[in-house]
Amino acid sequence: MALTLMKGSEAIAEAAIRAGARFFFGYPITPQTEIPEYMSARMPEIGGCYLQAESEVAAINMVYGAAGTGARVITSSSSPGVSLKQEGISYCAGARLPAVILNVMRGGPGLGSIQASQGDYFQGVKGGGNGDYHLITYAPSSIQEAINIMMFAYDKAEKYRVPVLFLADGIMAQMMEPVEMPEMVEYHVDPEKKPWAATGWKPGDDPKLRAEINSLFINTEELSEHNDVLQATYREIEKNEVLFEEYKAEDAEILITAFGTVARVAKSAIDELRAEGYKVGLFRPITVWPYPYKQLRAAADREGVKALLDVECNEGQMLEDVKLAIEGSKPVDFFGHCGSQMPTTQEIIDKVHAMKEGK
Amino acid sequence: MSVVFEKTNMLTDKPFHYCPGCNHGIIHRLVAESLDELIKEGKLEAGNLIGVAPVGCSVFAYQYFNCDMYEAAHGRAPAVATGIKRAKPDTLVFTYQGDGDLASIGTAEVVHAAHRGEKIVTIFVNNAIYGMTGGQMAPTTLVGQKTTTSPYGRDEAWCGAPIKMSEMLAQVPGSYYIERCAVNNNANIIKTKKAIKKAFEYQLEGKGYCMIEVLSTCPTNWGLSPVEAMKWLEENMIPYYPLGVYKDKGAAEK
Repeated sequence: MALTLMKGSEAIAEAAIRAGARFFFGYPITPQTEIPEYMSARMPEIGGCYLQAESEVAAINMVYGAAGTGARVITSSSSPGVSLKQEGISYCAGARLPAVILNVMRGGPGLGSIQASQGDYFQGVKGGGNGDYHLITYAPSSIQEAINIMMFAYDKAEKYRVPVLFLADGIMAQMMEPVEMPEMVEYHVDPEKKPWAATGWKPGDDPKLRAEINSLFINTEELSEHNDVLQATYREIEKNEVLFEEYKAEDAEILITAFGTVARVAKSAIDELRAEGYKVGLFRPITVWPYPYKQLRAAADREGVKALLDVECNEGQMLEDVKLAIEGSKPVDFFGHCGSQMPTTQEIIDKVHAMKEGK
Repeated sequence: MSVVFEKTNMLTDKPFHYCPGCNHGIIHRLVAESLDELIKEGKLEAGNLIGVAPVGCSVFAYQYFNCDMYEAAHGRAPAVATGIKRAKPDTLVFTYQGDGDLASIGTAEVVHAAHRGEKIVTIFVNNAIYGMTGGQMAPTTLVGQKTTTSPYGRDEAWCGAPIKMSEMLAQVPGSYYIERCAVNNNANIIKTKKAIKKAFEYQLEGKGYCMIEVLSTCPTNWGLSPVEAMKWLEENMIPYYPLGVYKDKGAAEK
């Protein structure tokens, strides 16, 4: 198959369509506006629906409406807009609706900046909305990886009835890379496979099959049972869906942890450091929820590993999960900054030099 | 023996939780009967309808209407209904919302659903108070009306005059049919049902956004008996919220 040079935002949007998404509800916000722009042109071509909502709040509730009919639905936004979506995301999680949500992260807090950031890690993986819920959260580090994940994201969302979140950053959306675009998946709602969906129940049918797309359980025992189902689902996902990558980690003395675009910068730094004779490797979570706690612990437990270095484009959010995984067994250092300034290769190299010198 | 009266097929057997004297029961019934009639008249296919319940006193409406139902976040029912209607354009979609839900937290969603001319019907029940949370001031609370958060009576200088949603939405180009009704007497109940049914018929004909506002009592939180509450509605609410058709593009086209 031929490689095509594509912009990240457009490639991810096209991948969602190839994966069967036919409904997009969104609102313009930099640096992800190319996604709604692409969808507004592409959806009519394939008989899909692009609708510009009056707000991110409305957009995620349109997702709630369309996803409840069993359709494959997507929305995208960037940090401040994703904050507005948190109410609806919590309702989707509560009502167990599969959907895909893209967060092209930019600097914060508040309006922050329009440049790339990883500042929404906490919001994404620790639950930005109310209640005890999780989203299957992918942090791809290349456009091709984002495409590949998108091709199974709906299957996962539907299998577990849990919304999927993509934590990308402004660089991912804005950069261009050669990609291989998969074939179109023909998706049709099958009421047998989605008995919970609103697909045309009528009086006389089995009352248990009447759709109630709902997150309200006013009776405390029922709410407790509902949460037990959610939690059991999350444990299953933790067991089955962890994804991660190791890069030159086998003999590493310093194990760098990073996700998304920053992990690519870290790889460049690792290559240069290796050329200098430093044994440095990378552990990169691809799912940031479920987090690869056990796998990271196993990597860090290798005899040669003397210390870990967590690098992020924030002030140390994933750092907390790295520390939870390590449980104090090895020293964990951190490098990163906010203000939408990506850590550079040289900065990571300098940091490793400083660690080696005991600084 | 011939059946002269029976419970409508479009309500489930779940007992209503509404307070004695509350008008929601009547309004639910009118909505359900209208849907049932449309099915029996062959205008609406059984199973081809979806309702969206709000947050407020009618939060459990998803348990009462005998069709596929959603429970939306507070005020978001028109956005949820938009998602449903875009995914299933041939399905009849309606929202059922109170005044706190529609006229306060959900104004953006309802105004823009109307603005887009979404082919959905909103049943808007206005009782001038927040019922479920225990009688707080609503955007529709009348000037001088005492509630638990306007204990000295609503002060227009401090928090504005009550919002008139029917008048407002009639001004939106995308709205198709807007009527304000009440269920305070038999004549008005019959009028309300006609309005609700007409709105559903317009949607089945592919017309745009329709809202039927129904003035309603809240004896519990108004601190009145059901009979006194009905009288209060007639003497206070109807003069400020005049009944009638605010927009009917269908009638204008004829």
